Amino acid sequence: MTLADPPRLPVLVRLLPAGSYAGRSRMLLLRSATAARRTWLVILSGFAEPVFYLIAMGAGLGSLVGSLPGPDGVPISYAAFIAPGLLAASAMNGAVFDSTFNVFFKLRHSKLYDAMLATPLGPVDIALGEIGWALLRGGLYASGFLTVMAVAGLLTSPWALLALPAALLVAFAFAAVGMAATSFMRSWQDFDLVTLAVLPMFLFATTFFPLSVYPRWLQLVVECLPLFHAVELMRGLTTGVVHLGLLGHLAYFVVMALIGLAVAGRRLGALLLR
Amino acid sequence: MDLVGSGRVESGGRAYAPGRVHGVLLVVEHFWRWYRRNWRATAVSSVLQPLLFLLAFGVGFGSLLAAGPDGGARAAEATGGAPYLVWLAPALLAMSAVQSAAFESTYPVLSGFKWQRIYFAMTATPVSGAQVALGHLTWVGCKMLLTGGIYVVIIALFGGVASAGILGSLLAAVLAGAAVASLITAFAATREDEGTAFNAIFRFVIVPMTLFSGTFFPVDRLPGWAQPVAWISPLWHGTELARAAALGGLAPGGWALVGVHVAYLLVLLAVGVWLAMRLFTRRLAL
Amino acid sequence: MADGPVQARGLRKRFGEFEAVRGIDVDVAQGEVFGFLGPNGAGKSSTMRMIACVSPRSDGTLQVLGLDPDLQGPRIRARIGVVPQQDNLDNELTVRENLEIYGRYFGLSRRHVKARAAELLEFAQLTERADDAVEPLSGGMKRRLTIARSLVNDPELLLLDEPTTGLDPQARHLLWERLYQLKRRGVTQIITTHYMDEAEQLCDRLVVMDGGLIVAEGTPAELIRRWAGREVVELRFLPERRPSVAELEPHVDRVEELPDRVLLYTSDGEAAQSAVHRAGLRPESALVRRSTLEDVFLRLTGRTLVD
Repeated sequence: MTLADPPRLPVLVRLLPAGSYAGRSRMLLLRSATAARRTWLVILSGFAEPVFYLIAMGAGLGSLVGSLPGPDGVPISYAAFIAPGLLAASAMNGAVFDSTFNVFFKLRHSKLYDAMLATPLGPVDIALGEIGWALLRGGLYASGFLTVMAVAGLLTSPWALLALPAALLVAFAFAAVGMAATSFMRSWQDFDLVTLAVLPMFLFATTFFPLSVYPRWLQLVVECLPLFHAVELMRGLTTGVVHLGLLGHLAYFVVMALIGLAVAGRRLGALLLR
Repeated sequence: MDLVGSGRVESGGRAYAPGRVHGVLLVVEHFWRWYRRNWRATAVSSVLQPLLFLLAFGVGFGSLLAAGPDGGARAAEATGGAPYLVWLAPALLAMSAVQSAAFESTYPVLSGFKWQRIYFAMTATPVSGAQVALGHLTWVGCKMLLTGGIYVVIIALFGGVASAGILGSLLAAVLAGAAVASLITAFAATREDEGTAFNAIFRFVIVPMTLFSGTFFPVDRLPGWAQPVAWISPLWHGTELARAAALGGLAPGGWALVGVHVAYLLVLLAVGVWLAMRLFTRRLAL
Repeated sequence: MADGPVQARGLRKRFGEFEAVRGIDVDVAQGEVFGFLGPNGAGKSSTMRMIACVSPRSDGTLQVLGLDPDLQGPRIRARIGVVPQQDNLDNELTVRENLEIYGRYFGLSRRHVKARAAELLEFAQLTERADDAVEPLSGGMKRRLTIARSLVNDPELLLLDEPTTGLDPQARHLLWERLYQLKRRGVTQIITTHYMDEAEQLCDRLVVMDGGLIVAEGTPAELIRRWAGREVVELRFLPERRPSVAELEPHVDRVEELPDRVLLYTSDGEAAQSAVHRAGLRPESALVRRSTLEDVFLRLTGRTLVD
């Protein structure tokens, strides 16, 4: 029997430290999918949370608010206002959860990555494989949620179809940064910091109310948050108010993803290959 | 120094079997000592999280309502005329009590049985399994009271307190939290590993409970099919009590309703405590 | 020995200020079972991690299967098997899936890993548990599964870090028997252990490590002959009746004092025991036994292996 040599790799990949990428990150997807066969119900249930929020807040808070001005000033229902926000937030939550808690567990407790590194796999295979799985899940949830929105009559434009790839990009960026952050975590207590970053964004980055409730200086702070850009992007697409400014939001996530990936790959290598 | 029994025992140096209540207090003391060293670890989830909800919904969303084209008339109709922040605050008190009760009764309980096995260490002394269960629940109750008290102060700072009745709200919140804690503790005592059960509890019980129990808006604003969810939810009963205490002004027959809410929560609590004591005793018997 | 599977010269590993491995030379020959014996913290695991290509060396040269780990890590790892000190099985997968998925990490085909997993389950005596979760397996079963997993790529070189630590005697003997089978099939094995009986049972040749250095090297028999002599008399005295070393020394080759007993090294234990008795010394208990690697270690470092 002969073992297949690692496949020939593209030029960009050869710039990585020797041995950090074997081009087999899809085997991690295979591993996650195999493990998921026994927990598919839980995985599927992740889709439920934003739907609960949409039903409860859309109907309940909506009855208190009435309608709100949409991205172009034309009034839209409260449910149509928060739905894209919830879509963006669930892309963030899923990606952050997968790339922090789950990765930390495998890194420090089950030592799963140590086992993988005893094979030809390298740290970049691991980072890409784990982020890839987070994206598969995120894509599933986003499609489900968009379907719910469509059924509820909250999608009014064909541009909404682009909300799915946009959600994937958002998830990718959050997963990359989350994994980079995880590589700096020393104990479970540090995860309070994750909650501290994610929860305020969920609550304040215009998911539930427009930027206009804030004084100007606070508006500037909120406009720096990644979730704000995600919400703007989604809200533009699902309400069909598409303009060039959306490209700026996209660029924000491209940069965020690249930085996260670079840091994560380097740090994971340093942590695992000591 | 003699390490093995020398026959001489100083006062307080002789081991003995604790009484019924004393055993429970010993368990509580254990958790308190741990907490004194590690309180920072739970500060984020127990104090900061509810504070953020208060800011987002009470202040942020509340100002959106007041600035609406109708000047907040729809909202005032739903809150019985009270400012949204004042109306929301006692309900958030109940919500955070129930959330922290649920959290404290899942992973920490399983850890006591499985990872740190601290419960087995306790019952290797004269403390009994039932006392461990009661000790855990008493501790969770104390902690809810403590963090709830801090929360009341914070609410007051943001102008969300209308009257001293908020202290009654705090008791209602702790009662609802204790009912939830006892039931979930009993459930956690039956688990061999965290598996998917705890996730399912949070996803399908706790999260819907916080959304559909009239915390952020009156339950009658929900679609008709979702309203019965509230009636069985301990959080809804706790929220109704907390709000009645904080806002006052009971409708005719209001006291009867208060009685129903209290009775429902007490029944849940009694069932939960009974189950938890039995299950702890069974699992800790070697 | 020039082209053995592992060759190290002046190998060092530093973690910040601390130097875990302080310049060692190692030559492992094809097909042998080579041991690193030493207490915790001697530098065994750090050495193993460098050989497994998951820890870059700080200094010196290292060749594994004729390749440089710093440059050819993945290529080397494709041809070796690693059994870490602590089992790191995948608890989210079944026993069989642990073998199959792990095989896929090596780039092996689906069909190949399926067949290989069935063979290895048999080898590890886990066929009946193949579709069970990993978590409820006993310690010995998990260890066998970890060893089976390390064989999935049919490795030329197997690295075992403390293979039987924490197992009960029965499970240990079963594992030793499996490792012996592998040796007979010609798999080169490198083992670290702090159990002298394990080293004596398994290793063709071993080095004794202490404080990041190699302090002795040879076959178990050579080491014992050279550093410990043939027999040992273990004597226990009441504290007030304990004689000085000077009183005991004339009767034997060498004396070692431990907190709870005195060890007398000699070629004839029975004779030494009688001599002590004739000298009027009255131990509470006396035991004559063969010298072991434990005695070698005590001689070389002045300390016992397992505290």
